[in-house]
Amino acid sequence: MISDLFSVTVLIGILASGIRLATPYLYAAIGETFGQRSGVLNLGVEGQMLLGAFAAFYVALTTGNLWLGVLTAMFVGAVMGLAMAYVTVNLHAEQGISGIGFFLFGLGMSDLLFQKLLGTVETVKGFPKIYIAGLSDIPGIGEIFFSQNVLVYGAYLLVPIAWFILNKTTLGLKIRSVGENPDAADSLGVSVARIRYFTIILGGTLSGIAGASLSIALLNVFQQNMTSGLGFIAVALVYFGAWRPAGVLGGALLFSMVNSLQLWIQVKGVEIPSDIAVMMPYVLTILVLVATVSRVRAPSALTKPFEREN
Amino acid sequence: MKKFAWFVTLMLAFVLVLSACGPAPTEAPAVTEAPAEPTEAPATEAPTEAPAATEAPAAEPFRVAVVMPSAINDLAFSQSMYDALVRVQEEMGAENFEFVYSENMFVVDDAAAAIRDYASQGFNLVIGHGSQYGSSLQEIAPDFPETSFAWGTTVDTFGLPNVFAYEAASQQGGYVNGVLAATLSESNVVGVVGPIETGDAKLYVDGFKAGVTATNPDIQVNVNYIGSFSDVALASEAATTHISAGADVLTGTAQMVVGAIGKAEESNVLWFGTQSNQTSLAPSIVVASQVYHWEGILNEMISLIQSGTLGGQSFAADLANGGEVIEFNPDYALPEEAMTLAETTIAGIKDGSITITLP
Repeated sequence: MISDLFSVTVLIGILASGIRLATPYLYAAIGETFGQRSGVLNLGVEGQMLLGAFAAFYVALTTGNLWLGVLTAMFVGAVMGLAMAYVTVNLHAEQGISGIGFFLFGLGMSDLLFQKLLGTVETVKGFPKIYIAGLSDIPGIGEIFFSQNVLVYGAYLLVPIAWFILNKTTLGLKIRSVGENPDAADSLGVSVARIRYFTIILGGTLSGIAGASLSIALLNVFQQNMTSGLGFIAVALVYFGAWRPAGVLGGALLFSMVNSLQLWIQVKGVEIPSDIAVMMPYVLTILVLVATVSRVRAPSALTKPFEREN
Repeated sequence: MKKFAWFVTLMLAFVLVLSACGPAPTEAPAVTEAPAEPTEAPATEAPTEAPAATEAPAAEPFRVAVVMPSAINDLAFSQSMYDALVRVQEEMGAENFEFVYSENMFVVDDAAAAIRDYASQGFNLVIGHGSQYGSSLQEIAPDFPETSFAWGTTVDTFGLPNVFAYEAASQQGGYVNGVLAATLSESNVVGVVGPIETGDAKLYVDGFKAGVTATNPDIQVNVNYIGSFSDVALASEAATTHISAGADVLTGTAQMVVGAIGKAEESNVLWFGTQSNQTSLAPSIVVASQVYHWEGILNEMISLIQSGTLGGQSFAADLANGGEVIEFNPDYALPEEAMTLAETTIAGIKDGSITITLP
């Protein structure tokens, strides 16, 4: 029944859900891009997302104010980022290990808070779909692009903004130089520590929003470990996207579209085992990675703590 | 290097703080909880936080330890066991029955360590509540011949004299849900959100399909296994996919379906639950849930252990022995004919006049 797959409904379905699924990846991976471009690998994204997701959910549930929920998630993510920055920049800790530490902290802490404050899975009324007069009514296109919630739009808006900051501003130049050659940047008077603090906190803030986009915009529930590896895939997407916002966007969309394609393949009763279908996004991502990644180079100072030579 | 040591200390401090403020056992009096933080060996902490165990009166209480893959309030598989233990405790009295648990043991190695710890602490019964714990039990059980072990869902006791096995005939409740789904569907398309095609999830889904087809062979059942027990986001998209494909009744199994229920509610599509009662998540669209009541099986195991039989038997929870119960949502106005049909189906499965053929 493979022919059933090639219909307008399926195509619209794949594109619309691919765009939704990519949203948390985009926030988290763009944030991670800033960190990595400045030379810091943050593996704690998943933990920041979980705490952000819980914070947003809890605040939205108790106050009914969704934007306050997003703000709290941003704050919680930023605090996690601040701690990560202190540990990696001031204490020169090994970045991979400390990132895992922050992931485990976020996992355990969000679970603990959930048990203490909620105790059971509840639902909240999240951000509604935005109806744009005219645009939302266009058949197909409207359903795909113009019937999403505000955090979905925010994620896509973030891509050109991140590109602009990284490539067209002095700040972006400083971030890139700190990631490529911190000694040179330092000798020119750029504070390596300050730039890295900025990017890691920004990354944490965006990871917080990524969590909020799950708990109060896309799913409207909180459950323990609800990100289930999303944060780690986001880190992988930064490599996949060759440390460029546009590349990250491409990777996030590819991964999400293939994921929604495999959902449709099963629904349409195409005769392949579900295990194979579920593997598709990962296999395809690896294939594309193998084909493209040899051409790009990671920021030279990535994962290297900076110590000024006297 | 000194800096790194400093950092390790910092992280250890975090973990310590975490375990120090572990949830207090407010839900049930004698329940003590091992912290869920996966960086530490949870089981070793349990006894120090379990004063009840040391202050036991002259008559020794029956002590059970259970290791679960997800949280005790997951509204699904783990919660069904937790709720059953609480009910057994209410029945037997807190002075006669104590239990401790380790939840979120999704890492099988951690779970194995916890199981071994519990066994060496002299619990009467150690339960590995998940089919992934089987090989660990097989390895550990022979080392503790005085301790009884149980695991599920399975029928395999490995031929060991101190291992019980339990399973749920979840195809039975799946069948009842399927019959109702077929009756209530107007679009003649129903959707299923499954985790991984195995164990009681597969039984439930196959039973559901059989129930739908037996009631109305023209209805199309679309099944989606998302390949994960925890990916709430993908479960939610799977539900959206079903709805786009025309489904007006959905069901699903395992703890990640909370994402799918939210989408069903948003689109006003009916939902059938399983494992635990999922009505509270979406009271307007949940029709009924198949709920596991493990307490019958637990009681049988306890009386066997007390009379000296430590294992070697397997149990199945089903509709007939009360191990499975179809719980209807009182707020959903189920048409009278549908209710009657559900009741006759349940009765038919109980007395064996309805047999469920699985593929």
